[in-house]
Amino acid sequence: MKSAAFQYAKAKDLPGALDALGEAEGGVKLLGGGQSLLPMMNLRLAWAEQLLDISELETLKQRERRGTRYFIGGGVTHAALEDGVADDLTQGYVPTVAAGIAYRSVRNKGTIGGSVVHADPAADWPTALRALDTRVLIQGRQDQRQLPLAEFQVGLMETALEADEIVLGFELPVLSERARWAYKKFNRKTGEFGHALCAAVRDPAQSWACVMLGAVVDTPQRLPALSEWLLKASAADVQRTAALDALIQDDLGQVLDQAPDSYEFHLAATLIRRALREVVSS
Amino acid sequence: MIKIQAQVNGLAVEASIDPRVTLGDFLRDDQDLTGLHLACEHGVCGACTVLVDEVPVRACITLAAAMDGKSIRTIEGLEDDPVTEVVRGAFSEKHGLQCGFCTPGMVITVRDLLQRGRCQSKEEIRQQLAGNLCRCTGYGGIVEAAVLARDRLADQPADQPGTLTEGAVK
Repeated sequence: MKSAAFQYAKAKDLPGALDALGEAEGGVKLLGGGQSLLPMMNLRLAWAEQLLDISELETLKQRERRGTRYFIGGGVTHAALEDGVADDLTQGYVPTVAAGIAYRSVRNKGTIGGSVVHADPAADWPTALRALDTRVLIQGRQDQRQLPLAEFQVGLMETALEADEIVLGFELPVLSERARWAYKKFNRKTGEFGHALCAAVRDPAQSWACVMLGAVVDTPQRLPALSEWLLKASAADVQRTAALDALIQDDLGQVLDQAPDSYEFHLAATLIRRALREVVSS
Repeated sequence: MIKIQAQVNGLAVEASIDPRVTLGDFLRDDQDLTGLHLACEHGVCGACTVLVDEVPVRACITLAAAMDGKSIRTIEGLEDDPVTEVVRGAFSEKHGLQCGFCTPGMVITVRDLLQRGRCQSKEEIRQQLAGNLCRCTGYGGIVEAAVLARDRLADQPADQPGTLTEGAVK
């Protein structure tokens, strides 16, 4: 399959890209790594009059510590995050998630910003970053604004990004040495999109705990009862399986339409149990 | 049409490109480099893997118009590459190919895995090769070939061509 015809332009700098976006009369899509967009255009699932290639904008490729926050530019590739173990500020969480995305030849091009903006319910970053208190930095032609990631993805492949805006990057909390995390993905073939995802992060230094479930409904879902449980849970609490299963039933019941004895319910519950066990006992 | 100047297998190439043309079609149809193969054309099978600025990418979901200023290497351009020579020999000896359709992508991917030190175990090799499909299902031979190439490269004295950077293997 080949894509339908479109125009192509490579942005030289961020202001130029924003101007081009602002002046266009719709039909412009930003091209990051193109690892989702181009196949979707080949399959005629996505369409664009023009692709504005922002993959070479150095401004979007920064990674740095900003006080208690860790900034990752929207144009940073999964491969750069996978290899960036030495200067990671999330106790290995970000590199591990990155290394599990698709295949190396896809990770060499695909970007964290592209993944979040594409907002595929089964993609890794939208779920993984939600398990942290992540903020999205958004650049418009005039102003810059911030949104909690929780408010950024508004529906299935739909975000709060306006047509003339670009995601600059993400601010994650710097995780303390006491932080523990687990990221579980179930797929039948290594590298394919997950059938279910569970991200669990606990950082006692920041009184933070969050359990996220992805790939099962339109958007990543925070599991409130389990997140609260995780904040205080001890190794002994994980052994109290009946109490934990009741919480899992409660949270999943709010998220999934399926019956508790369904495959989907069972799969999600299994990933959640594995993730929580790992966080609490490590 | 978009004008690009790029290096293709070490040679300067200038071309005028229709934006919708993929790097895979450009290399096969315009440059007559038919070593890369197009099969799924949506980034799943790995048969079109080539190097862009020395890292593997999928030519079917990369735009040729985006290649201005880039250096591209296909399997043909790795003819004299010392690591590829070892990998190629190992594929031949271990029967790492049947019909050969997936082989160029497999060789480029295995070369990258060796250079990044990601061939530690057969399990790791299988995981890392999950993005390259062999429809003959000849994975056993391919994995054996990767193991043999790894061991041969590790055994080479440091001053021999084809030696990987220190610490990359084992």
